[in-house]
Amino acid sequence: MKFLLVLHNNPAVLEALGPDEQQKLMDGHGAFIEATQASGELVVTQALGDPSQSAVVRVRNGVPVVTDGPYLEAKEFLGGYYLVDVADRDRALELAARIPDASIDQLGVEVRPVMFEAGLEM
Amino acid sequence: MRVEDLVRDLAPQVLGALVRRHGQFDACEDAVQEALLTASERWPVDGVPDNPRAWLTTVASRRVVDDVRSATARRRREETAAALAGLAPDTPAPERAPGVDDSLVLLFLCCHPAVTPASQVALTLRAVGGLTTAEIAAAFLVPDATMGARISRAKQQIRAAGARFAMPPAPERSARLAVVLHVLYLVFNEGYTATSGDALVRTDLASEAIRLTRMLHRRLPDDGEVAGLLALMLLTDARRPARTGPEGDLVPLAEQDRSRWDHDLIAEGTALVGAALTRPPLGPYQLQAAIAALHDEAADTDSTDWPQIAALYTVLDHIAPNPVVSLNRAVAVAMTDGPEAGLCLLDELDDGPLATQHRLPAVRAHLLELAGDADAARGYYRLAAQRTASSPERRYLLARAATPGGHGPPTTPKGTT
Repeated sequence: MKFLLVLHNNPAVLEALGPDEQQKLMDGHGAFIEATQASGELVVTQALGDPSQSAVVRVRNGVPVVTDGPYLEAKEFLGGYYLVDVADRDRALELAARIPDASIDQLGVEVRPVMFEAGLEM
Repeated sequence: MRVEDLVRDLAPQVLGALVRRHGQFDACEDAVQEALLTASERWPVDGVPDNPRAWLTTVASRRVVDDVRSATARRRREETAAALAGLAPDTPAPERAPGVDDSLVLLFLCCHPAVTPASQVALTLRAVGGLTTAEIAAAFLVPDATMGARISRAKQQIRAAGARFAMPPAPERSARLAVVLHVLYLVFNEGYTATSGDALVRTDLASEAIRLTRMLHRRLPDDGEVAGLLALMLLTDARRPARTGPEGDLVPLAEQDRSRWDHDLIAEGTALVGAALTRPPLGPYQLQAAIAALHDEAADTDSTDWPQIAALYTVLDHIAPNPVVSLNRAVAVAMTDGPEAGLCLLDELDDGPLATQHRLPAVRAHLLELAGDADAARGYYRLAAQRTASSPERRYLLARAATPGGHGPPTTPKGTT
């Protein structure tokens, strides 16, 4: 079963962390990647750029219009995710608990099952 | 060319190629050392491959690839982890410097300011000079283990400083150039007077030092000290054909057949130092080259301009105080004002760093011999012979110790040859 472990970043929370805690957060992700790579459960992980770099495309009357993202003011945004392939939901929850964000006040890790996927084999 | 000469000559080229291909100076340097070791074991048995440089590069490259692969994976993981933690990953773009001689880039890298001077010298001798840790340890009179640790530290310091494989920016270059010059000077000296083993002259190291210094001079033609160092090396190397006897024994300056000196090198060196002296500020290499030129221009010891040499050593001792310079000045003063005046200057060195080395007793023995005190001279020659790690020097010193005073022409000890 595939699950998306979704990281909702909150810059205010992350910036409030001291350098040691930031380093711990970084090291925690490093260790998590290493462990899930070793167990074969990690499919992919992506860290997304800052929302200030986001663009939104809307097509109106057949004409695409590109604007800056409306998310600049948002307190939280999608920061990145892990796609894991695990035995069951319990294992996905267990893994999510090991991501350092899960232990940070006001942050958490969202666990959502993947329903369908289309990859290179399409 | 002997196998060890060949691999030493190829070392910086192979390392340069590897660092360009893989990055990771530290891992590449280790891999090249291992490849050089493999070559020096196998080539004498299997024969030298058609393209030794390619062979070394392939072997070293294979060793480094696994390291680099895992390092790349680790770096990607670290960058992703930093981004997931909401921190901007630091990803400097790799820089390519086409047309730059890798040996020169390596030189500046080894002379990185994050590395202590002693380690800069050690690492340069290994990475660029292709010397083994044991040879470098002998050159600096420290145990092998000490030198090994010094080289490891140097590489850690370079890695920690995040140094890139590229020429240093212009503002840093002159300070770093001074270290590079010192390192080249030491490489030349190591090549010219092998500090250990049976061969007096390690030809390829002296040539390699000259090659690198020529390259520096081509790039920095207006730098007086680069020109001065090159002149010093050429004027010293010019005496090489006359410096060893048929048995590989040391022939001191005073006894050398000066017709065997390389007069093309002397002409080139003299012209270089003449031009360099007109470019202030005056530095220690220009002064030493000027002294070497005075020796090289003289037909024999008697017609040598000793007062001028003594005066130059006094200036040198003033701008760059150094016990070896003081030692050489004592010899020049002895030739000008008599051996007793020289011996007085030597007494001042007894508490210094030369006290436990072979050169001080060798010079003292020589001056005592000139002063007519043959018994004391013999004792100091023997002491010097015990202390030197170079077999030809030991043979020479023991021969002097066995010679009753007053026989043979007056000699100038090693310090000024």
